[in-house]
Amino acid sequence: MAITKDDVLSWIRDYAQVIEENFEMLTDLDREIGDADHGANMRRGFKAVLEKLPSVEDKDIGAILKSVGMTLLSKVGGAAGPLYSTFFMKAGTTIGAKSEMAIDDWAKALEASTAGIAALGKAQPNDKTMLDALYPAVDALNTAIGNGSSNGEALQKSADAAHEGMLATIPLVARKGRASYLGERSAGHQDPGATSSYLLIKSAAETWADS
Amino acid sequence: MKKLINDPENVVKEELQGIELAHPDLVKVFYDPDYIVRADAPVQGKVGLVSGGGSGHEPMHGGFVGKGMLDAACPGAVFTSPTPDQMLEATKAVDGGAGVLHIVKNYTGDVMNFEMAADLAREEGIEVESVLVDDDVAVEDSTWTAGRRGVGLTVLMEKIVGAAAEEGRSLKECADLARKVNAQGRSMGMALTSCVVPHVGKPSFDLPEDEMEIGIGIHGEPGRHRIKIEPADKITEMLIKPVVEDLPFKEGDEVLLFVNSMGGTPLIELYIVYRKAVELLEAKGIKVVRNLIGPFITSLEMAGASITLLKMDEDLKKLWDAPVKTAGMRWGI
Repeated sequence: MAITKDDVLSWIRDYAQVIEENFEMLTDLDREIGDADHGANMRRGFKAVLEKLPSVEDKDIGAILKSVGMTLLSKVGGAAGPLYSTFFMKAGTTIGAKSEMAIDDWAKALEASTAGIAALGKAQPNDKTMLDALYPAVDALNTAIGNGSSNGEALQKSADAAHEGMLATIPLVARKGRASYLGERSAGHQDPGATSSYLLIKSAAETWADS
Repeated sequence: MKKLINDPENVVKEELQGIELAHPDLVKVFYDPDYIVRADAPVQGKVGLVSGGGSGHEPMHGGFVGKGMLDAACPGAVFTSPTPDQMLEATKAVDGGAGVLHIVKNYTGDVMNFEMAADLAREEGIEVESVLVDDDVAVEDSTWTAGRRGVGLTVLMEKIVGAAAEEGRSLKECADLARKVNAQGRSMGMALTSCVVPHVGKPSFDLPEDEMEIGIGIHGEPGRHRIKIEPADKITEMLIKPVVEDLPFKEGDEVLLFVNSMGGTPLIELYIVYRKAVELLEAKGIKVVRNLIGPFITSLEMAGASITLLKMDEDLKKLWDAPVKTAGMRWGI
């Protein structure tokens, strides 16, 4: 079984909806340790993505993801703009001109995207960032694929690991991004970027459960 | 929460429309992507100065566009870095052939977006240099954080380097001067109240009536310490001491003392702070030779103040005194 171009489009549309539904939660998380703009920035970005999507939906997966990345870059701002833009650009470049992809392609894309974010943000695991959800998602996905799990199972394990990684940011002291200015006071709060990243991986697992 | 706005989504756009109507003699305003350039841009043969950042810090940066200061400013959403396409268009619009200097406050988002914009501009053949401002002594352990924030010193840098560019100094000279200003200036801020981001509609942090935040930035983020409120003289001491000790400023130094309102604190209180700050500095043998007092880099309606000290020399004094004609700062013209 494979993940088709239409599955990818469904994922992006689903995630835009997820952002809308979680706008308040993302805002509140960022209000506590950041500057309260993560919800609004992601909402503005994915609203623009939805408007742009019809003009690229005939294209291949790589082109669609790269278009999402470009739109986010010009609409989101803040750190989340370049970081999420990088996620989609790297994924698009890695997958390339395909109209359907195997789970291995997705694993490679997720790994490249995560590496791209780490390079741009100069962040490490446990810095209390998006990466704390993404790294575990990559590892769990690769392990599940290696164990011969079905696509649906592998994606679910990836989402579960992202969820755990997100929760594990709560006790951490932030070392990157605006939360780092708080020093010790950033401990005890869940990282908003790790949260939106978990939601992205979860949305893929749910949308592609039967792939 | 009461605010004098329409739809929160349109706050920045409607502000820009107001600026465009109010100051056609000083600036031109462009939309989608949003940026403000001085009315006579590009000035041929002059280094172009571009800055930008989230909105909500007015008059910075848009209010500092004009003769003797910035050539362009890129406003992001409230407290959100602008995007590379804005910065690229602004850079192109002010390139008069002598190169363009980006003045970037040290925040993760601003740094990333400006880096991308600088790369894009270089690909189009424009010579671009970037200078970071990171003057906030409240951020202590910089190897374990995103580094010190760019705060009050940004205003002084934009004025001083703006004068240097106007005088015809080269891109390298302007960049070196900006780095010198950054090396010689330090800031620290405090908040009496939080602020309300328009699209959030509630205070960015909750602060009881009898407490204050020390070591805040300019985005409604909480500071490093929360303590009981003290009289102005005591608070001034808490701000001056870490600033003086950090550089350190020494006996015999001449300084510019900048007492800034975070937006909600009135001038009457800033002068009380200024008076005590001068007394404390004089006691250490530090001489205040220039000053700036008022709301110049704000955090929406936050009540509070920041103190910035910049070590001065003859060149910096001359550049500070040079004519400037912008919406937010105007003298000598």
